[in-house]
Amino acid sequence: MALALTSGAVSLSFLDVGQGLIDTVLGEAANQNALIVGQIRLPRVLLAAVMGATLAISGAAMQGLFRNPLADPSLIGVTAGASLGAALIIVTGGNLLQGYIGLSLVSAGAFVGGVIAVLFVYRLATSANGTSVATMLLAGIAITALSGSIGSLLEFFADNNMLRRISLWKMGGLDGANYPRLILASVVGGALLMALPRYAGALNALLLGESEARHLGIKVDRIKLALIIWVAVGVGTSVALVGTIAFVGLVVPHIVRMLAGPDHRYLMPASALAGALLLVVADALARVVVAPTELPVGVITTIVGVPFFISLLRNRHHYGMQ
Amino acid sequence: MNTLQLRGVCAAPWGQALLEDIAFTLQPGTVLGLAGPNGAGKSSLLQLIAGDIQPSAGQLTFCDRALTEWPPQERAQRLAFLPQMSLLSFPYTVEEVVRLGRIPHSSGYQGDSDIVEQALGLTDTASLRHRLYTQLSGGEKQRTQLARILAQILGQESLSGSLLLLDEPTSALDLAHQQLVLMATHQLAMRGCALVVVIHDLNLMASIADQILVLDNGCQIALGCPEQVFTTTLFKEVFGVDVTIGHHPQEGYPMITPLRPTLL
Repeated sequence: MALALTSGAVSLSFLDVGQGLIDTVLGEAANQNALIVGQIRLPRVLLAAVMGATLAISGAAMQGLFRNPLADPSLIGVTAGASLGAALIIVTGGNLLQGYIGLSLVSAGAFVGGVIAVLFVYRLATSANGTSVATMLLAGIAITALSGSIGSLLEFFADNNMLRRISLWKMGGLDGANYPRLILASVVGGALLMALPRYAGALNALLLGESEARHLGIKVDRIKLALIIWVAVGVGTSVALVGTIAFVGLVVPHIVRMLAGPDHRYLMPASALAGALLLVVADALARVVVAPTELPVGVITTIVGVPFFISLLRNRHHYGMQ
Repeated sequence: MNTLQLRGVCAAPWGQALLEDIAFTLQPGTVLGLAGPNGAGKSSLLQLIAGDIQPSAGQLTFCDRALTEWPPQERAQRLAFLPQMSLLSFPYTVEEVVRLGRIPHSSGYQGDSDIVEQALGLTDTASLRHRLYTQLSGGEKQRTQLARILAQILGQESLSGSLLLLDEPTSALDLAHQQLVLMATHQLAMRGCALVVVIHDLNLMASIADQILVLDNGCQIALGCPEQVFTTTLFKEVFGVDVTIGHHPQEGYPMITPLRPTLL
């Protein structure tokens, strides 16, 4: 974290950062270092940590719910729905999209789009016999494809400026970080980090199979609905605030499972920590690699994550995965 | 008290009748064997008793109380089901899998550990405890799942009021472990646990079942002790096989030997 605070287009020493932090706390945000640290980097690093934790713990919950180590929060349509929501606002928003209000409007569009997509997927998969996770997976794929093609259609009619905004937004970035966003993210992320570990026991039982979990006295349908709602809100918020950041939700829980085993009581908190760490590091890299220009952080998480993931996959028999 | 009572139970979860007019009573400490050809409805009947399938008619009571009225957790403390196949594909250790059986209980970590030990001992899986479930053989997986089911209902000295449903618990086991599982079921029955068991090896079934229910096409064909139920006519009519029926040299229960059709 400290390292992430020191790195950036203007490189600061630990001492500068420390001084800057103290100045900010004391309310003497006059000098340049204090401004950089207190107003730009600190909210950004904290936002990265909260969002990384949110994405990773949501991924862990989804993988448990779908009993599939390759499940990802985006499987239930939330990411695609949010992208479509954001694209809709960008294309139709016109002059409203100047500055701060525009950014908030796009975020709100993304959040609403994500939640609508998940509700739709959930409705499709629910019948009198309960909710089928297999159907939910397929419905999620269908809704993702539909949102994707509507998004492409929007891009087709968009002008150059809009196109650039859409594609930058899709790559994800933490450059919009400020304290209001950080507070919103912390409220949602904090609630998620408190709520999801309470389902650890139920998720452990669900790995045995749904009827087995029911035979162990677990109210499977209620747990399913609760998990879906939490993940939709968590991931919807993260997409709204920082765009789509690929890979954290998929790979972090997977890596943690290989190292620490599949018990959700440890898997979920450990995933949250590792996700926070990965996103903070990735964002620091995104800022310094080609400074003063910033790379999209989603690109970095993928570039950092994939080689590590592949090396684990090559040794998977060692960890008991088939 | 009856552990389980079915009266005129029918089930048609997908529109078509799967089970028709099933009726029997199970006392604590007795073992009911379900026999019948493939697709006769044996597993469906177990799923019905476990609450996975809802009856379309009739009454199903568990410990003198309608099955649907049981709170899920309380029911799980007394009713455990070993399904035919297990979906688990995550690398839990054997001990972790068995400990999952303790989820409905709140007997504390130490209490759970004692019961997990008992379950591991009864199924000869103690030596596997640190192995990963995904790397076990079929028979070892089957014994691990059985240990998990045992951990779910063990706890009190008297198990009267508990019910175990076992769907082919011995299908992947070698001769020694088949006998071990039969011994374990016998011990549980002695402590008052009632069992409903599906086993395709009818000689094994005759050796442990107090009562046998024969199903064909979802209908109840016969119900009674093995000596009454296993007759040459029944095997001819239900299974389409000619058999001779002898007796076990020590225990005296019926032994079924199929006769080969004469080859031309």
